[in-house]
Amino acid sequence: MKPYEFLPHTADTKFRAYGKTLEEAFTNAAYAMTDVITDHTKIKPTIEKNITVTSENEESLLYDFLEQFLILIDSESFLLNQVKELTIKNNKLTAKLTGDTHPEKYEINIVIKAVTYQEMFIKKEKGQYAIQVIVDI
Amino acid sequence: MTEPKKEIKLNKITDFIWEIPKTGKMNVPTRIFASEELLAKMKQDRTLEQGSNIACLPGIHKYAVVLSDGHEGYGFPIGGVAALDFEKGGISPGGIGYDINCGVRLLRTNLKKDDIYPKIKELLDSLLQFVPAGLGSSNITVTKEVLDGALNKGAKWAVENGYGNQDDLEHCEESGGMTSADASKVSDLAKKRGRKQLATLGSGNHFLEIQYVDKIFDPEIAKAFGITEEGQVTLMIHCGSRGLGHQVCSDYLREMERNFPKIIAQLPDKELVYAPANHPLAKKYLQAMSAAANFAWCNRHVIGHQARLAFSKTFPDSKLETVYDVAHNICKVEEHEIDGKKTKVYMHRKGATRAFPPGHPDVPAAYRDVGQPIIIPGSMGTASYLLVGTQEGMKATFGSTAHGAGRVMSRHEALRRFDGEQVKKDLAQHKIMVKSVSKKGVAEEAPGVYKDIEKVIEVSHQTGIGRKVVRLKPIGVVKG
Repeated sequence: MKPYEFLPHTADTKFRAYGKTLEEAFTNAAYAMTDVITDHTKIKPTIEKNITVTSENEESLLYDFLEQFLILIDSESFLLNQVKELTIKNNKLTAKLTGDTHPEKYEINIVIKAVTYQEMFIKKEKGQYAIQVIVDI
Repeated sequence: MTEPKKEIKLNKITDFIWEIPKTGKMNVPTRIFASEELLAKMKQDRTLEQGSNIACLPGIHKYAVVLSDGHEGYGFPIGGVAALDFEKGGISPGGIGYDINCGVRLLRTNLKKDDIYPKIKELLDSLLQFVPAGLGSSNITVTKEVLDGALNKGAKWAVENGYGNQDDLEHCEESGGMTSADASKVSDLAKKRGRKQLATLGSGNHFLEIQYVDKIFDPEIAKAFGITEEGQVTLMIHCGSRGLGHQVCSDYLREMERNFPKIIAQLPDKELVYAPANHPLAKKYLQAMSAAANFAWCNRHVIGHQARLAFSKTFPDSKLETVYDVAHNICKVEEHEIDGKKTKVYMHRKGATRAFPPGHPDVPAAYRDVGQPIIIPGSMGTASYLLVGTQEGMKATFGSTAHGAGRVMSRHEALRRFDGEQVKKDLAQHKIMVKSVSKKGVAEEAPGVYKDIEKVIEVSHQTGIGRKVVRLKPIGVVKG
């Protein structure tokens, strides 16, 4: 199973992320989104952060969760390396993130403006979760 | 391309105007300003479907408009224009976009293209030094007071604090600041995202471009815009409200989503959610959006100031004066003549430039006799245009025209087809130097991923919604 893949879209970037559990699919969606900006595997885990996100339903939780990474980049220059211990319960998500706050050390491809609801889905098919998101560039 | 597309019926009005008739939930028809060739490109994605979706919004007047550079967006297509009634309509963040007041500023110089060529590398290096790009942080220390000043007053705050001058303000849409702004309606989160980003370029399709006047189509109007001869050098700045504006859009989309589930259930697309005109959220969003728009004007204004410093390092006697600055993602409260009656509307322009005619009170005094300058950037390495607003445009498109070339190829596909270094080499053969903080960014913005700007402009010119004045060609580009 591929953790995530990119699909064609005229102006912006569309990806699908997969997982055996919803938590794994959300984690892979965070990696897919970060990889638009920079290769997340190359980011050094110099600091650790805890995040909590609460939303009204699963889709908005995904939107708010992914938006966290854009807020962290703009406000703290934080680039993601790993999402650890992600849990989702009653539309409340908690996770531990590792990453680095020195973007000048890495090759940056492009900055994402926003997460969008366009063509967003969270599906469970044949025991696997699939998430689709378009981000605005 | 993307998801399965709906079959859309189209009637031909003229060679360059097409109409999607009012069907289903549409309150009015949708008019598309495009040649057959450009229309064929729009049919490849969901542009037309999204164009017809706009017509479903309440209180929409006359028709929804899709301009010649239209392409698929979220909610509205890019190149989408809608006049929603000020009392019976509403305001939709998806009709403005995440990058509130993404726009373009054009400055003219007293330099000639032959002055620039030998010094281009040095000049691009110092531009990048004075104007941070990519994830680079602002050179300005932004305190809470600074941010509130920029949000409430826009470029006026910058002039009061020593950046740029009064003349810049007089040659800018809204004089560089909307009075409807209220910084207290912008969330702390949005302010946190914007704090390091005042006077930074960002990335994506944002750029600084040193250009020369390649052709003057209308010498009299060009002269009014301060463009006097071919070969004259100009500087174009393309950027927006950065993370702050993106967060304002996101915050209010989410707030409307929570407040108006019944409205969403009636709409063909969740991202068209709007605040009805009579609901307090409509005013609140207008105030927050205006503040984000002011941040963007302040941003381009200070970048213009920084560019002057960069130019003066290489050319101590250089003089850069603002021709004009236009927003192309914004909503304004405007008055338009509809069925012979003056009507107040929430005028949404998303990926569309305001194009007001001669005599309009919102056109700066210096240009009131000729009309508003319209600045339309092309893709990296191709031409950009300076047009002028017309009475025809006021009637046909609520005083709006195209905003750029419009993408035709995905970023993913561009990366597969183009190599950043090769794109730079090819452009260098045409005497265009590119300086970029990202290799991939150059490939993703390769000239081949956009529509032909000439064809987009021809539609504006032929339909009379924006007449050609000057064509500009690039010498050097700084890309985020």
